[in-house]
Amino acid sequence: MNHSTKKELMTGSRIIIESLIREGVDTIFGYPGGAVLNIYDELLNYEDKLKHILVRHEQGAAHAADGYARASGKPGVVLVTSGPGATNTITGIATANMDSVPMIIITGQVPTNLIGNDAFQEADTVGITRPCTKHNYLLRDIKDIAKTIKEAFYIASTGRPGPVLIDIPKDITSNVYEFDYPETVELKGYSPTYFGHHIQILKLVEEILKAKKPLLYIGGGVISSNAADELKEFAELLDLPITSTLMGLGGFPSNHALFFGMLGMHGTYAANMAISDADFIVAIGARFDDRVTGKVEEFGKNAKFAHIDIDPSSIGKNVKIDIPVVGDVKSVLSSLLEALSGKTEKISSGRYDRLGWLEKINEWKYEHPLLYKMSDTIKPQYVIEKIYELTGGDAVIATEVGQNQMWTAQFYKFKYPRTLLTSGGLGTMGYGFPAAIGAQIACPDKVVFDIAGDGSIQMNIQELATAVQYNLPVKIAIINNNFLGMIRQWQELFYHKRYSSSEMNVNPDFVKLAEAYGAVGLRAKNPDEVVPVIEEALSINRPVIMDFVVDREEGVYPMVVPGAPITGMLLV
Amino acid sequence: MEKTHILSVLVENESGVLTRVAGLFSARGFNIDSICVAKTLEKNESKMIIATSGDAQILEQITKQLNRLVNVIKVQELTGEDSVTRETVLIKINADETTKGDIFRIKDIFGGRIIDMSRNSYTLEAIGSEGKIESLIDVLRPLGIKDIVKTGIIAIQRAKKSN
Repeated sequence: MNHSTKKELMTGSRIIIESLIREGVDTIFGYPGGAVLNIYDELLNYEDKLKHILVRHEQGAAHAADGYARASGKPGVVLVTSGPGATNTITGIATANMDSVPMIIITGQVPTNLIGNDAFQEADTVGITRPCTKHNYLLRDIKDIAKTIKEAFYIASTGRPGPVLIDIPKDITSNVYEFDYPETVELKGYSPTYFGHHIQILKLVEEILKAKKPLLYIGGGVISSNAADELKEFAELLDLPITSTLMGLGGFPSNHALFFGMLGMHGTYAANMAISDADFIVAIGARFDDRVTGKVEEFGKNAKFAHIDIDPSSIGKNVKIDIPVVGDVKSVLSSLLEALSGKTEKISSGRYDRLGWLEKINEWKYEHPLLYKMSDTIKPQYVIEKIYELTGGDAVIATEVGQNQMWTAQFYKFKYPRTLLTSGGLGTMGYGFPAAIGAQIACPDKVVFDIAGDGSIQMNIQELATAVQYNLPVKIAIINNNFLGMIRQWQELFYHKRYSSSEMNVNPDFVKLAEAYGAVGLRAKNPDEVVPVIEEALSINRPVIMDFVVDREEGVYPMVVPGAPITGMLLV
Repeated sequence: MEKTHILSVLVENESGVLTRVAGLFSARGFNIDSICVAKTLEKNESKMIIATSGDAQILEQITKQLNRLVNVIKVQELTGEDSVTRETVLIKINADETTKGDIFRIKDIFGGRIIDMSRNSYTLEAIGSEGKIESLIDVLRPLGIKDIVKTGIIAIQRAKKSN
């Protein structure tokens, strides 16, 4: 580094903030505390450039930054204090890590000379977060701040994205050093592969042109690499049917004729049958999770597999892959399209050969579509269908975890990438609402929903104050069955209806609760109140809770019994 | 098939890197039979020699997961044909008039050294492949081993043979 020109001297706190601004950060989600007071004091000097969102619980900060990142594609940034501030973010960090979401978490630490002393509010934050971050740092020298922040953003947002944590002792934030933000990073042990190997690309092309029953199985990688356009072009060029994981929803338009819905435990009949009958499956940015494969030995048992993924460790982890392609989904799909150009004859004869295959999948689709039966009580699926219709499918939808999440995946027809925010890997109840707050900040002009259950909304309900304080008009739709619905469903099916601790005997009055926070509360008890309530909520430019009192024992179907092959579905 | 594999892992010599590697093994349910870490000639780099076991698929996962760690620079499997492995063992053994002769004889056969002694015990040092060390222990066991310490395996790739 060239130090011949004199650099400006700054406190560590200012170096941190200047570095964040260099990385294009305009929003931080956080909560102050002793170890980060210097940074918070400096933040006041940057109010015009860097907006700080004061959450009500550090877990909320982590999920909000995650929602911001998923909705915008930019890394979300969290700032919390040492000890409990840091440990409260763990669930949020683990959630982002499992779903490959780029995030930077800055945690305060006790002063360097007290580290290891069991000082007040001390925790071994890098030790605790090592298994749930992509990488983490404990800074010991003010000289390393700028370089480390540069590295952290680079690591978080490249390759398979993920959360990176930087633990910063308090004394470093008040020391003074010259600020010199590096232009580049040098990491000996980190260089993601972006371009697929050309021989693998040619193999994949050859195989897909000759396949009679090909199927694309897409995952979150399509969304994180912004590859939706390339995917659509690829699928349409060859007329390839598509099924998606939960994380991949929105990566391909759900209302497209080639789309057959989600696969796996609560996947569609058509998708699960097609996987089992296909002769060539191309997994694109997906990782063969157990909720997707069911009994893994039977998954795609008649198929050859190709797998495109930027993370080599995802390839061949659960299922043997015939054609592995390590690379960024977007760039690999572009290479595939390039390799296909000029093969017009083979492409059209292939399309003709596969007409029967598409017809067969469509037969499955019409044989057992996603269904529910209307009744005098509100059906959860009906609520979600109406949210879809009344938002035109243009809203950003966060979910909690459980039945609300699965019904959303089934009945909201996601059309665009980054419109579904859901904790797929870790399955974090309490994720959806703070994530919706983050998404609303990232997308101020969009309608943002959190589709929740009465159980999960209570896990981060305190963030209502945050939504009200910053006037974020997030719409919370509570699918209220006074049960932990998915737990109840498993107990119904596998535990002889012994509902052990799954009934929510006491719930707050959610309408009054909304009002107590200064938000708006609405309630629907009958099916004919559903549409008016959603319409009213959409007309209010403030945070709204909609309390939908639904059929208490409705289940999510189809359902594959855990450990069974995915063709063994319990249907409605 | 379960098999012992030796991995040579070049890492950045930063605090916590051993925990990252060891933590990865325990979190994903991989075995560590032994692990040796020390600095290399290169400043800021260390080499870990990890003995692990598992079938080919597990080994592939271990290698890929290690490569995901930001501080891991290079992972290489060292196989029997193209590498040399060594282990050092220190064995404290009962030594009385009836066994001293045996101990000396065994020591010579295995190329070991007596590095400490007292009235009724010898401490023997030996260096060799894992198999050789195992045989040595087998032979000494009937004489009464009091304590034993092994370094774990270190290994290095053989120089390329010139034609």
